[in-house]
Amino acid sequence: MSNAGEESLSGAADVAAEAIHVENLHKKFGQLHVLKGVSMSARDGEVVAIIGGSGSGKSTLLRCINCLENPTSGLIRVNGEEIRLKPDGHGGSVPADRRQIERIRSRLGMVFQSFNLWSHMTLLENVIEVPVHVLGIKRDEAVANAEKLLERVGLAEKRDVYPAFLSGGQQQRGAIARALAVQPRVMLFDEPTSALDPELVGEVLKVIADLAREGRTMVLVTHEMKFARQVASHVIYLYNGLVEEEGPPEQIFGDPKSEKLKQFIRNIH
Amino acid sequence: MTTQTANGLVDTAARASLWLQPHRIVLIAVGLGLVASAAVFMRWDWIPAYYDLALQGIWRTIWILVVTGILGFALAVPLGLVQTTGPRWLAWPANAFCTVIRGTPLLLQLWLLYYGLGSLFPQFPWVRDSFLWPYLRQAWPYAVLALTLSVGGYVGEVMRGAFAGVPRGQLEAARAYGMHRRTVFRRIWLPQAIYSVLPTLTGEVVLLLKATPLVATITVVDIYAVASRVRQDTFIVYEPLLLLALIYLCITGIIVFAFRKLEARIPARLG
Repeated sequence: MSNAGEESLSGAADVAAEAIHVENLHKKFGQLHVLKGVSMSARDGEVVAIIGGSGSGKSTLLRCINCLENPTSGLIRVNGEEIRLKPDGHGGSVPADRRQIERIRSRLGMVFQSFNLWSHMTLLENVIEVPVHVLGIKRDEAVANAEKLLERVGLAEKRDVYPAFLSGGQQQRGAIARALAVQPRVMLFDEPTSALDPELVGEVLKVIADLAREGRTMVLVTHEMKFARQVASHVIYLYNGLVEEEGPPEQIFGDPKSEKLKQFIRNIH
Repeated sequence: MTTQTANGLVDTAARASLWLQPHRIVLIAVGLGLVASAAVFMRWDWIPAYYDLALQGIWRTIWILVVTGILGFALAVPLGLVQTTGPRWLAWPANAFCTVIRGTPLLLQLWLLYYGLGSLFPQFPWVRDSFLWPYLRQAWPYAVLALTLSVGGYVGEVMRGAFAGVPRGQLEAARAYGMHRRTVFRRIWLPQAIYSVLPTLTGEVVLLLKATPLVATITVVDIYAVASRVRQDTFIVYEPLLLLALIYLCITGIIVFAFRKLEARIPARLG
């Protein structure tokens, strides 16, 4: 069920192409072995939710996909293109080709737990920054597009406001607009609502749910189980650096097989 | 629209009357009295004779201030940067440089360069033959070098803190969107670092201004040297010094005003 990556590459016509493919990924932080051989994949149009307790390695897995963390070993393919890695001389690996990794990153829209909007730029400037200075899109064009995106996340009238003057929920919606501005092939969400006050979670989840509905490919690390169940097409449960169980949300939340997952779901509720 | 303007006028008038309180009026009167008595009872007849020299001196002071300020800042940015992220073999010397510069008197550095380095150079024929020799024979290059190194040392330390203070997450976000390292530096890291230390930089520039008189000790004729010359020539002591103080005060005022303007243009407070 899980690792059908190879077949799909050879071209089963009825299966959408793989946007993200991760194989046997290991990540060590010094002595700490965080990922112990994780494989996963996300097809075009699929919403993959990664769940698990804290320390299970779910954020690390997401951050390895665009090499914000350099994997210790393993294979990562984004849109069929393998990220070339080379040994770093300390038993790990680093991207072999800066250009390649920068190109791949520029089409992966990442949304962070702590928003990370650039605080010296207005919201609009934040949204056009990458299109203009990385992708080389003309400024007017980028502005026009950014205005549409801000409208979409409900922040049209906040375009000239600096992030410090926005609520957490507004900042995160702005960050989502920034991610959309690069016309991402895949969107990566790293616990997008964990840093928000409870009353602000809803507005952000609504925006993400809308994106899921329009068929965007997304990988989502989240603590919001109800939300994962609603929007995900595939759920991966990580335990202790390994995929403990995965499958469609009905199965994971309705009929979990593994004891660990059963316990995890019990504790959540 | 019109009522707004009217309100604005009333406000200004109200504020002016608020400002002109009795104690302030007394202080202003005292100040004017001091200036008047200084003009009447002190000797200013030497001014016409030294007018041109004084203008040249002011010009030289400002010129040294601006050039060493800019060069020093250009030196400070890499010094701060390598101390924040550089490899150890770069970070350590940068740190040592800042420590030495900050830990020794500027006068000593200036004299070491001028009397030390400056007296070594003529011993080497290849130095005397080089195209730099006409400059190396003069005093001002040593003055500029010493002040530049000083600014580099002090502001380098300031910039180290500024670079370290930019939130990691924002740099990571830039990286996550495929920004090249240079772009991250130019677009995200440097602007935020500078914005956050602009008030400190104002202070550093004022301190630099007040360090410039030291160049008079190595024969560079700045405005301070002109005041000394007046004293030596005419045995008038206080008047040139008072005028000198006023001139430095004015330049300081201009610096502070310019930086305030700059600060006001900067995007609100950083979050």
